[in-house]
Amino acid sequence: MSAVLAVEGLRTHFFTRAGVVKAVDDVGFALERGKVLGLVGESGSGKSITGYSIMGLVDEPGRIVAGSIRLEGAELTRLDREAWRRLRGNRIAMIFQDPMMTLNPVLRIDTQMVEALRAHQRVSHAAALERCREALAWVGIASPDERLRAYPHQFSGGMRQRIAIAIALLNRPAVVIADEPTTALDVTIQGQILFEMQRLCRESGAALIWITHDLSVVAGLADSVCVMYAGRIVESGPVDAILDAPLHPYTRGLLESIPSRNPAGRPLAQIPGMAPSPMALAEGCAFRERCARASTACGVAPAVSNPAVSRTLRCVHPLQ
Amino acid sequence: MNAVAQAPLLELRGISKRFGEASGFARKRAPVVHALDGVSLAVRAREVVGLVGESGCGKSTLGRIVSRLLVPSAGERYWQGRPYADFDARSQRAERLAVQMIFQDPYASLNPRMRVARIVGEAAVVHGLASARERDDYVAQLLQRVGLDPSLMRRFPHQFSGGQRSRIGIARALAVKPRFLVCDEAVAALDVSIQAQVLNLFIRLREELGLSYLFISHDLGVIRHVSDRVVVMYLGRIVESAPAAELYAHPNHPYTEALILEVPRIEARRRRYVPIRGEIPSPIAPPPGCHFHPRCPKAFARCRTERPALREIAPGHLSACHLNEAP
Repeated sequence: MSAVLAVEGLRTHFFTRAGVVKAVDDVGFALERGKVLGLVGESGSGKSITGYSIMGLVDEPGRIVAGSIRLEGAELTRLDREAWRRLRGNRIAMIFQDPMMTLNPVLRIDTQMVEALRAHQRVSHAAALERCREALAWVGIASPDERLRAYPHQFSGGMRQRIAIAIALLNRPAVVIADEPTTALDVTIQGQILFEMQRLCRESGAALIWITHDLSVVAGLADSVCVMYAGRIVESGPVDAILDAPLHPYTRGLLESIPSRNPAGRPLAQIPGMAPSPMALAEGCAFRERCARASTACGVAPAVSNPAVSRTLRCVHPLQ
Repeated sequence: MNAVAQAPLLELRGISKRFGEASGFARKRAPVVHALDGVSLAVRAREVVGLVGESGCGKSTLGRIVSRLLVPSAGERYWQGRPYADFDARSQRAERLAVQMIFQDPYASLNPRMRVARIVGEAAVVHGLASARERDDYVAQLLQRVGLDPSLMRRFPHQFSGGQRSRIGIARALAVKPRFLVCDEAVAALDVSIQAQVLNLFIRLREELGLSYLFISHDLGVIRHVSDRVVVMYLGRIVESAPAAELYAHPNHPYTEALILEVPRIEARRRRYVPIRGEIPSPIAPPPGCHFHPRCPKAFARCRTERPALREIAPGHLSACHLNEAP
């Protein structure tokens, strides 16, 4: 099956006065229709910038310096502004952590939804409104007629996120990028949103990239996982393989530091130290300072290897 | 053991807190928020009590009442078996120092214009635990205790990472030699690997210093890991309380059950999420009877009218649900 989205050798760098920040440094993955990819990493790992790069939302002083992003076979990195506009919110859409970033606080929901729809399709206002009504009902909002005439502040956080999802899915995009959309929500509301996203992707056939720091959410949702550290994908593969048999010491460290996987009350297995500053990344494996298996061989950036079918790894001292 | 030794270190009895009530002669018609409604809670010496609940359930308000940042609207607070009202000014101050708070946001809770030495050492000097001249040595000991390099004490908060800032907040709380720490979402803002480091610090400090914690979090995994006993709150009331292992193995209240079921777990792959319906009602107009009944799959007529009492259903396991009394 051909990939709906293929990213290869993506490098997004920020040229700041203090130096070049290699936020995304040689990232690649492919995604098929209707599949869910979990992009996991801690803050500063470059997972959100990867998402923004695919959306064409990287602002100065950042820019994509190398690599290719192909959506349904078409190359995105060389598009001009106008072509990006036609694509964003249409073939590819994004859901943010804070739904207030997506919603305009001074416009009613119907105005915003109709605008998003008519930006890409020639439909009458009445027809657009009908589509919006269906979209709201689809994401589980009761009495959509009434809700369409409300303002964003009249909704709870979970409801706002549902509306943001409805807008993202309005034009039936091929790829949806979700950047920590449930992090700010309560557990029971998070469960509801995860449930809706699963169903919506299954029904619409959209491919989903779920960006998160939470491996447990990825476990329940994703088909495959990419683990990012300091701008690189250190390990990727099918969700079961990565979570049950991680090969990279960082992945294993992350899994072991989850409280519920440790005996209660005992000290947690922890990764020493902290993530390196993206300003001063040394040559070689960025994780080596915190890694128990590191040796002088780690001073050279490890090449990508394929330890198994559809698995990648960047480590010279893999586990097992 | 005699009765005094048995008394919990800190106890709350029938605490209620309402916000926005008209005070004095002011005739406001502002809506009243019922943040807490008849909450009783006891924490023994060296015990860690975990408090879980979703946003708006009153867990932070409860934490602030425990640490005396807020005064309850009704109910009494006891310290080592004595009601707080009985304390004279001097022992009130001593008790205030004994209960310290650790805040969620390590960015907002440290004064950006103070150096770490002053942030951590100021209270100790004010309360006579260290003289101004000894302050830096005192701070150095504290920083070492929480795993920070003492040579960094001349720096400002913005020069530290999130995890280090959490440690500064902990050192500041420890500076006045407390016996009880209220940790309000103390690790929520941290990355997984840093969160594990800070949780380990909490576990170690408890053993070294014999501290008690009220550990407030929305994260059931974190709560299970650190707590001896877990208290679950919903819309201003305690719905269930039990020893940690018991609560996770045999949740009794339908809300607790739902919470535990919905926590994403590494072991649960490509699961079908079966969410509980609806959202948390507003604390301005909480539903009558059991607050959870509009979302509860097992609700029946009595739940809509009568408030269920918190009853012991097994040794040390309390639950507020009418189902426990059904024949």
